[in-house]
Amino acid sequence: MGFFDKLKAGLDKTRKSFTEKIEQLVVGYATIDDEFLDDVEAVLLSADVGVHTTAKLMAEIKSGIKSKEIQAPEQLKPFLQTKISAILAEGATPDRLFAAQPPTVIMVVGINGVGKTTTIGKLGNYYREQGLKVMLAAGDTFRAAAIDQLEIWGQRTGAEVISQFEGSDPAAVAFDAVQSAKAQKADILIIDTAGRLHTKANLMEELKKIKRVISREIPDAPHETLLVLDATTGQNAINQARLFGEAAPVSGIVLTKLDGTAKGGVIVGLKAELHVPVKWIGVGEGINDLRPFVPEEFSRALFADK
Amino acid sequence: MVFEGLADRLQQTFKKLRGRGKLSEADVSEAMREVRMALLEADVNFKVVKDFIGKIKERAVGQEVMQSLTPAQQVIKIVNDELTELMGGTQSRITISSRPPTVVMLVGLQGAGKTTTAGKLALSLKKQNKRPLLVAGDIYRPAAIKQLQVLGEQLDLPVFAIESGANPVTIAERAIEYAHSHARDMVIIDTAGRLHINEELMQELKSIKNTVKPHEILLVVDAMTGQDAVNVAETFNNELGVDGVILTKLDGDARGGAALSVKAVTGCPIKFAGMGEKLEALESFHPDRMASRILGMGDVLSLIEKA
Ligand SMILES: Nc1nc2c(ncn2[C@@H]2O[C@H](COP(=O)(O)OP(=O)(O)OP(=O)(O)O)[C@@H](O)[C@H]2O)c(=O)[nH]1
Ligand SMILES: Nc1nc2c(ncn2[C@@H]2O[C@H](COP(=O)(O)OP(=O)(O)OP(=O)(O)O)[C@@H](O)[C@H]2O)c(=O)[nH]1
Ligand SMILES: [Mg+2]
Ligand SMILES: [Mg+2]
Repeated sequence: MGFFDKLKAGLDKTRKSFTEKIEQLVVGYATIDDEFLDDVEAVLLSADVGVHTTAKLMAEIKSGIKSKEIQAPEQLKPFLQTKISAILAEGATPDRLFAAQPPTVIMVVGINGVGKTTTIGKLGNYYREQGLKVMLAAGDTFRAAAIDQLEIWGQRTGAEVISQFEGSDPAAVAFDAVQSAKAQKADILIIDTAGRLHTKANLMEELKKIKRVISREIPDAPHETLLVLDATTGQNAINQARLFGEAAPVSGIVLTKLDGTAKGGVIVGLKAELHVPVKWIGVGEGINDLRPFVPEEFSRALFADK
Repeated sequence: MVFEGLADRLQQTFKKLRGRGKLSEADVSEAMREVRMALLEADVNFKVVKDFIGKIKERAVGQEVMQSLTPAQQVIKIVNDELTELMGGTQSRITISSRPPTVVMLVGLQGAGKTTTAGKLALSLKKQNKRPLLVAGDIYRPAAIKQLQVLGEQLDLPVFAIESGANPVTIAERAIEYAHSHARDMVIIDTAGRLHINEELMQELKSIKNTVKPHEILLVVDAMTGQDAVNVAETFNNELGVDGVILTKLDGDARGGAALSVKAVTGCPIKFAGMGEKLEALESFHPDRMASRILGMGDVLSLIEKA
């Protein structure tokens, strides 16, 4: 399977529920009327695109109808695809940042259970396969067996894991890890953090402290701060992105669990409202189930024909 | 706090409504448009919203309400009734079998909070003088067994695990035997996170179910979930028959609407709410109290009484 086919397969469910619903609509209606537009709105909402972005897209559809750009129901799909691609592609940045001088430090943050540790395992593997020396830091010292979990990923990928104990200060773990990465000339250091709700001020402070410790050792680090979001998440993803962004400027988003039936439409809403680029998508629990996010490919897969 | 955003939006709408003396049908429609937006923004499933608004409109624009002296309060009361109903009416508990051990199985998507909730439930049962046994039925996720064992240690409760390649069905079966021989009266089975569309893993849950016949199958649902929550819950319910839902991560600012839709669509009552990462953070779920809280009803009900 080529890359595009794999992505398409991963997004099959999304594509089915989203595109097929629109196709059904197109077949079901001979002309564009209010009822048809209501149904289009429902499709967007049920894909988690969100009220605001849906309203924006509906307004564009309506003006497209006025300007005769859309004259029949079947013209709607290509119209929407173009609009959504435009939102996703807007301001797209190169997908990975590298430090001028190794190690490149990547910090991974997010709320509980979204897939941070698993993503780190997959990401570690991705860089290892490029021949880079990867180190992982077990910065989740809170959750039961979080360190063991990362160590298993370390064994799977052949990356060294720097860890202390459950209950240790995560900033101290980060400090140790940066020291080791420098001393051992690692190319990439990926730091795991405990899941935390964006609303908990003390835990967001802890995140700032970890970041401060890292920057003290390497001034421009962390070079990348990835926020992991779960594709099944609804509109709360927008609050998560906003508040994590305030604590530690987020340079990219990883959207996980796109192999489910969740439609991932929250990406569109997120991009439209906050302009944070999505860099990676997770499409399974396996070591190879992480893909760079390419906006054109994502929207093409989202709208691809059967 | 969860539902807060939804509560704010609804209360604002009703404040405007209350400011008016008489209500026209247009006033009600305008208010319902706002309620609809508030519910959609809270991730309430769009079909559920459609039905909900339909019902309220039908009741609210009836002669009786429109011609009453306090139409606004009447409308709010109707919303309160319907919202309570949507969340399940009355509180539900877990069934305790008259022939121990009572077997509870936790199921759900990856990362929803099953393992943590298993620990929380065990603690709450322990406090009620039960003798719970935790069962490590997740053989897939790295360090899942260890995670449950660490929780068992913290709670000073036994954890049944077979680390050398036994399948989850055998593990569950042997755990029940262990519970019998060690006089454990509650068995809580943790299972691996799985997608509802993963047929192989859904089959595994069915086999566990058929083998150990749990008294309660509880679906663990993350309160942050979006529109897909309904598909997930419907599939788990159709495949397994779910006895109740446990909502997790209610300590966040999720508007929680998807979770409400789960009740509406599957009929499975919400039994507990997870309010944090600590093992003490589990509460019973009261639909009526939750509805009142969302609508700020303390306030509203007293107004209705005055009118
Ligand atoms: N289906 C699927 N499952 C995933 C994906 N990414 C992660 N998971 C699963 O989601 C669950 C949670 O993943 P973790 O990596 O432990 O999540 P986390 O964010 O580190 O969790 P905490 O540290 O507890 O906050 C695990 O069961 C993973 O296997 C994905 O892309 N698809
Ligand atoms: N804030 C908060 N976090 C919770 C709650 N319940 C669970 N968590 C956290 O959510 C994350 C995932 O919890 P787990 O219990 O590992 O989830 P799981 O469903 O067993 O995950 P898998 O086994 O990977 O499918 C952990 O970081 C927990 O601490 C809750 O009510 N509130
Ligand atoms: Mg983790
Ligand atoms: Mg688990």
